[in-house]
Amino acid sequence: MIKAVPKPLEEVLDLVKDFTKVLIVGCDGCVTVCEAGGSKEAKVLASALRLYFTQAGKQAQIDETSLTRQCEKEYLAQLSDKMDAYDAVVSLACGCGVQYMAEMYNNKIIYPGVDTCFLGVNEERGLYAERCQACGRCILAETGGVCPIARCSKRMLNGPCGGSDQGKCEISKDVPCGWELIYERLKTLGQLDRFEKPVDPKDWTTSRDGGPRTIVREDLRI
Amino acid sequence: MTAEYSAGSKLEKIFKSGQKAVTGECGPPRGADAEHFRHKAAYLKNVVDAVNVTDNQTAVVRFCSMAAAKILLEMGVEPVMQMVTRDMNRIALQSNMLGAAAMGIKNLLCLTGDHQTFGDHPQAKNVHDLDSVMLAHTLKTMRDDGKMISGTEVQGRPRMFIGAAANPFADPQEFRVVRMGKKIAAGVQFIQTQCIYNMERFKTFMEMANDMGLTEKCYIMAGITPLKSVGMANYMKKFVPGLDVPDSYIARLKGVPKDKVAAEGIKIAVEQIHECLAMKGIAGLHLMAIEWEEKVPEILETAGLLPRPKVEAD
Repeated sequence: MIKAVPKPLEEVLDLVKDFTKVLIVGCDGCVTVCEAGGSKEAKVLASALRLYFTQAGKQAQIDETSLTRQCEKEYLAQLSDKMDAYDAVVSLACGCGVQYMAEMYNNKIIYPGVDTCFLGVNEERGLYAERCQACGRCILAETGGVCPIARCSKRMLNGPCGGSDQGKCEISKDVPCGWELIYERLKTLGQLDRFEKPVDPKDWTTSRDGGPRTIVREDLRI
Repeated sequence: MTAEYSAGSKLEKIFKSGQKAVTGECGPPRGADAEHFRHKAAYLKNVVDAVNVTDNQTAVVRFCSMAAAKILLEMGVEPVMQMVTRDMNRIALQSNMLGAAAMGIKNLLCLTGDHQTFGDHPQAKNVHDLDSVMLAHTLKTMRDDGKMISGTEVQGRPRMFIGAAANPFADPQEFRVVRMGKKIAAGVQFIQTQCIYNMERFKTFMEMANDMGLTEKCYIMAGITPLKSVGMANYMKKFVPGLDVPDSYIARLKGVPKDKVAAEGIKIAVEQIHECLAMKGIAGLHLMAIEWEEKVPEILETAGLLPRPKVEAD
């Protein structure tokens, strides 16, 4: 799932301090799972903003709501009768949700309330880790189910580099060497021979390098 | 224009003659001061067979390795141009390889490069469109098949002798030789190793390389860096990944008066050189006297590696 972290309160305050009517919109999707931008976080942020305005002696109306998903029009449309009542909206969805809301409500000021980070897993509550870079051409079948693009700091396809040290990456002792993980997994699977052959340069056209991406599934389109 | 040489560099010719080759290293400065670079390189002229010029090593900005290699050519010193995949995509890498070959640079060392977090611009975007294995294979394909990665025909093939690095001390240990084999399969003709201090581990590495037949397919050069001081030895041990400087070397440096530490460091380096060159499958020495170029003649003289063979590149 998409992982995000709440923006620092000061940053959000700086965005909304000159408005008097602000709507905070949470998203019940990915950002709820990582506890960055769900209905609970929307309530917490709204309370913090109210406190700020009260202490600053300013009159302000801060409301909060949450949508099932902000990456779908039908859910975003549920805001249509509310939008006119606010000067600005803070979306707690990932970058996709913020942008999709801005597209639908073209004349409204929409601010992001979270920093969208990566596609990852929940290792523990409050500990999320990157696993996928959405390159558009999955090679996990060749790499023992561990992605070198997401987990090697150099995105090497012929790793590990000379900086691999006791299972750790050269950039930090806190970062596992992705290629050590691949190596260990392939050893377990008895597939080490996969790595004796040099891997060719990757075709990155399906990744971000090929420009903004669209999926067209004719089989699903009506 | 002899068919027997793939590139006809002095380095390739010395290897093929069966003699042990010796390379040195000279890092370009963090600025445009060519005189400083020429001054350091002058210590290496006629003392080593070829000189590596580093490509923004440790991700610190310096003047570029191609310019440095060109300066060496003008000085009559054969360059080994280093190229890392961190900073350029496949378009720029191929372009620079062709340009380097066009200027007469005949040895290219293909590297992935240190991560930019180590350098002076940790905010930089890294490229890593290719890695070192792919870079070597790209050069081989342009040179031997006349094709770029795209399949486009090159007009004038880059005649370059293809090198790469190997770190016998990184992990996982047992995979290091396999990975060196992969580089060789991709087209690498000579390997320069990371600085060797742990002789036992290096011996194991070479035994595995011999067993796998790699030393018959590729010239392996032992990387030696003389220890200038106790501080440097401790730094290498603590901060350079995979470099375990044995306590016995540190004890030796500590055991002599301060004004004799450098001499002891050189003594250790010479012992290591002899030990490495005696190992089966070692085809040469890569002497990295970091900011200590002026000592290279003395080290090689003491090691009995001077004078160097008189060989001309094509």
